[in-house]
Amino acid sequence: MTDTTEARPDPLPSAAPPLSEPSSWHELHLTVNGRPIRAQVESRLLLSDFLRARLSLTGTHVGCEHGVCGACTVLVDGEPVRSCLTLAVACEGASLRTVESLADEEGQLTDVQRAFHEQHAMQCGFCTAGFVMSCTAMVEAPERPAEDEVADQLSGHLCRCTGYRNIRAAVEQVLDDRYGKAGEEK
Amino acid sequence: MKPAPFDYVAPGTLPEALRFLADEEREVKVLAGGQSLVPMLNMRLARPELLVDITRIPELRTLDVEGDGALRIGAGVRQAAVAVDPAVSAGWPLLTEAIGHIGHPQIRNRGTVCGSLVHHDPAAELPTAALALDARFDLSGPAGTRTVDADDFFLSTFLTALEADEIVTSVRFAAQPHRTGWSFEELARRRGDFAAIGVAVLLTRAEAGGVDRARVVFCAAGSRPLRLPEAEDALLAAEGPERLDDAFAAAGAAARARLDPPSDVHADAEWRREAAEILLVRACNRAWERTR
Ligand SMILES: Cc1cc2nc3c(=O)[nH]c(=O)nc-3n(C[C@H](O)[C@H](O)[C@H](O)COP(=O)(O)OP(=O)(O)OC[C@H]3O[C@@H](n4cnc5c(N)ncnc54)[C@H](O)[C@@H]3O)c2cc1C
Ligand code: FES
Ligand code: FES
Repeated sequence: MTDTTEARPDPLPSAAPPLSEPSSWHELHLTVNGRPIRAQVESRLLLSDFLRARLSLTGTHVGCEHGVCGACTVLVDGEPVRSCLTLAVACEGASLRTVESLADEEGQLTDVQRAFHEQHAMQCGFCTAGFVMSCTAMVEAPERPAEDEVADQLSGHLCRCTGYRNIRAAVEQVLDDRYGKAGEEK
Repeated sequence: MKPAPFDYVAPGTLPEALRFLADEEREVKVLAGGQSLVPMLNMRLARPELLVDITRIPELRTLDVEGDGALRIGAGVRQAAVAVDPAVSAGWPLLTEAIGHIGHPQIRNRGTVCGSLVHHDPAAELPTAALALDARFDLSGPAGTRTVDADDFFLSTFLTALEADEIVTSVRFAAQPHRTGWSFEELARRRGDFAAIGVAVLLTRAEAGGVDRARVVFCAAGSRPLRLPEAEDALLAAEGPERLDDAFAAAGAAARARLDPPSDVHADAEWRREAAEILLVRACNRAWERTR
């Protein structure tokens, strides 16, 4: 996890207008990985670039920048969304989670991360942070998601290396662990 | 792949939003879920000077069933929220099914129903479902409000009856008749892609067993959602359950004969016509099973 609490400064004047006034830059308040953040951002700044360039959270990858590949997926108020299709300013007041929030300070992996490791659900790893974030949201649901819902979530991510089978196996491993095997009560 | 500079504002009320939109000096655009607009900004296909984010206006964030039984979905309501709403799946299951075909969950978590309707991609599911369900659009502008029927709203590819200084505040769907079955069928190369061809079907079962009312609307078959009266007439001609298969086949044949779809990188016109016939028969069978 990074120690960043204040975003890197932007070469903008210091009194930022509120969101209710049209401006090319705004003061933004949000929570990223549990830490409150205050930052001045340009209106056109994408959330993906805010995370990577201003907060140095480079675990979130950027592939296509038009919503197709899913590499940039992060959780906004618990829901997986494309950070390349979200303006940073539109996240005022939101609570964000990125891949950096998963493993703890000692490097202890979450069950989703561990399953990706154990099932060899990655090769080059470019797509992995996105998959892991969507899967994290999925396994936090109160009920076991149906097989079709799993396929639906995974369809929102492209992987050029693995062929998806091992990714599917990793998700199933976590779902079986958390909810019991499909069709069985745990 | 970065947007050109623009000003951003997130007003808290509709009158404020309308005031920003009325700016004649510069190009102003509404921002809803951003799932169509932000890709266009990133590619600089759109270069608005001011974006008015309407998702923070409380009165637009409501979904309710009104006194007359109609469903009203406000412009700030996300597709994912509509897809899991029990009142929607009970009364307007065609909408639930149509949304399930849109992109991926990660897109539907941000994208709004009204945003998709205003964007009006001819391959999009929601405009097709809206036409099948006789949706009505509530528009607000500097001159006040007006209501536009779906059939008059969708003009041509990416073009609707909405004026540049207007906002769609909500879309309304009247209660559906009893014994109405539904189906939204589509073919796409990969899961989550826009449809290469798709069809929405609504069938209402008559007391006597035949079809009382039929709606057949295609997506990706032209420059707007395309209702096919010839196929609907073929379905209405079904006199009783024993003749249904013939009626479904006749509807499918009518679609193949009448549609004049485009040829593009996704599919050629002949493939689309053939697929339209097969999908329509499949959709009719499924809708009929659901009329009980
Ligand atoms: C990878 C990917 C796959 C997709 N797949 C599909 C698919 O299979 N099927 C499908 O139908 N769509 C698909 N989409 C598009 C998605 O459904 C969008 O959410 C939708 O088209 C636009 O809704 P939005 O709320 O995001 O609108 P925005 O992107 O914010 O706005 C779209 C346009 O509508 C205008 N606008 C929005 N709301 C209003 C309003 N209330 N009043 C006036 N103007 C308004 C905006 O100014 C803009 O011009 C996909 C998108 C992506 C990125
Ligand atoms: S970089 Fe955001 S979806 Fe590809
Ligand atoms: S592991 Fe290389 S793209 Fe998925």
